[in-house]
Amino acid sequence: MLNHRVSRVAGLLLGLALVAAAFVASVMLGTTEIAPPTFAQALMHYDPSRVAHIIIHTERLPRAVIAALVGASLAIAGALMQTMTRNPLASPGILGINAGAMFFVVIAVSLLPLHTPAEYVWAALLGALVAACLVVVLSRGRQGELSPLRVVLAGVAITAMFVSFSQGLLIIDRQSFESVLYWLAGSVSGRELSLVVPLLPLFGGALLLCALLVRHANALMLGDDMVKGLGMRAGTIKLLLGLVVILLAGSSVALAGMIGFVGLIVPHMARGLFGVDHRWLLPACALLGASLLLLADVASRFLMPPQDVPVGVMTALIGTPFFIYLARSKQA
Amino acid sequence: MPSTPAKTPRLTGEALHAGYESRRVLDGVDLAVAEGQLTVLLGPNGSGKSTLLKTLARTLTPSAGRVCLDGQDIHRRNTREVAQRLGILPQGPSAPEGLTVRQLVGMGRFPHRRLWRQDAERDARAIHAAMAYTDVAAFAERSVDALSGGQRQRCWIAMVLAQETDLILLDEPTTFLDLKVQVDLLELLSRLAHEHGRTLLLVLHDLNLAAAYADRLVMMRDGRIVTSGTPRDVFTATHLKGVFDLDARVLEDPETGSPICVPTPRRGARPSARPASPTVDRRCIS
Ligand SMILES: Nc1ncnc2c1ncn2[C@@H]1O[C@H](COP(=O)(O)OP(=O)(O)O)[C@@H](O)[C@H]1O
Ligand SMILES: [Mg+2]
Repeated sequence: MLNHRVSRVAGLLLGLALVAAAFVASVMLGTTEIAPPTFAQALMHYDPSRVAHIIIHTERLPRAVIAALVGASLAIAGALMQTMTRNPLASPGILGINAGAMFFVVIAVSLLPLHTPAEYVWAALLGALVAACLVVVLSRGRQGELSPLRVVLAGVAITAMFVSFSQGLLIIDRQSFESVLYWLAGSVSGRELSLVVPLLPLFGGALLLCALLVRHANALMLGDDMVKGLGMRAGTIKLLLGLVVILLAGSSVALAGMIGFVGLIVPHMARGLFGVDHRWLLPACALLGASLLLLADVASRFLMPPQDVPVGVMTALIGTPFFIYLARSKQA
Repeated sequence: MPSTPAKTPRLTGEALHAGYESRRVLDGVDLAVAEGQLTVLLGPNGSGKSTLLKTLARTLTPSAGRVCLDGQDIHRRNTREVAQRLGILPQGPSAPEGLTVRQLVGMGRFPHRRLWRQDAERDARAIHAAMAYTDVAAFAERSVDALSGGQRQRCWIAMVLAQETDLILLDEPTTFLDLKVQVDLLELLSRLAHEHGRTLLLVLHDLNLAAAYADRLVMMRDGRIVTSGTPRDVFTATHLKGVFDLDARVLEDPETGSPICVPTPRRGARPSARPASPTVDRRCIS
């Protein structure tokens, strides 16, 4: 673990370099390779008559931006959920938040005339909220505490329910089927930058709120009685952090569908490197989450070329063994 | 034992009734915590000691009666301001894996911090002093969960001390520790009261240690206070029988004069080769 301030700062700077490298790799690599000078040119002097520039602007760049944004958001949301529930297995994927957001998006796309992320992100946020409320209600003990086992069971049940509802809806509505199915597995491709921009305030707001609450998040680790004894309101803190989680996870789903495991594994990696203090943990989660999803997306282009495998499949490939390892090691 | 200065108590509970959804625990408790003294709460398991402590520290809301801090209802006060005057360590606190001692102790500074106004220097001073007083500075960068029981308990106490409150409530700070470690901790806590003028209310399990270190004892049973007063006055065979259902004789420590209890084994439970007289250092644990 990085114990000293200097080594932690160095660690974060390295993380930033990793994100930058992964970002550049994501723009350059793929069926059409793009040389670094072309990338620089396309950024500074965009020339719509050149194919490479068009690929960069309409495909690669948005894809990299979404991967970085969603990876960072899911990782932060996962870390906060693990802190709030005091459960190492918590994450937006496992506890059904992503599935809830997804189901509401599917409703919005197939039954309502909502077609761009900026239009149906509200459905995604509502879905995330509904799923979060369901988890809390289903797993609350008599004293209002969330038992670790019940939280995960409730999450699994909610995920299964929302995913099968989504599939049912899609089978009825053949028209949206093609486009949405691919995306149900989690994908960062096929969106333009102009569709991402309207969602930025949501991500920004969530991150700001989160930054204001880092110390409170630290206190939550000591348990509710301790939090109250220190003169804070545990309920209010959890409500606000829950709002952060819903904003981050819901907006992520609106952009990229259901991408699992990033929110689960990245916080553990970040904790191993930077410790449990949220002032370090959350920035580390953002950097590592962004890097992981960027790299997973790059790798997914080479898994079965020329076919693009959804990045959600890729993260599941990496994440499943990790999940099993985690579940086993916590049991012992 | 220092004499009892008659200062007005700052923390009082009046006719407290409190409990949990499933059951009522406190049944009309009146208590005034003596200023600048070390008060120990004794009682059998489940008698409501922790519930009383939580109610006094406003982490549990009473269903009837009220808790007053400096003459004002504690539940109507700003909770952060309360936390600047009163610190509580709940029973069996748990630190997450990987939290370092320094980080834990630093959390005691919460009530003194605001988003827009933080006194980093004062925080650092308080943290440093708390760690020095409890002697945990040597392992400041280690994880709390990797320490021994006694070290860990000192860290939690350091956290409460970093809060710099006059009133300190500790729920079973010495349970599960070796006798020597318990004694060291109690020495530390009693110095806090007698040399630094803090007011302490502790829940302890060990009757003889309680009698040796407490300025005042409060004995509880079934959610009520049975008796309270100085150890000499209330630590009697009759009360031990009445509160703990314990058959014991109470002797006097020839050196300090504080009372000591020696449980009297029932017939048949005695070892066959019994020593001629009971040894004085035998401890009885409720
Ligand atoms: N969180 C809780 N919810 C429900 N009942 C509780 C809770 N905490 C304690 N109790 C019950 O209240 C009674 C008093 O408990 P407590 O105050 O912890 O006793 P003590 O600290 O003296 O051992 C016990 O019967 C216990 O089972
Ligand atoms: Mg107790």
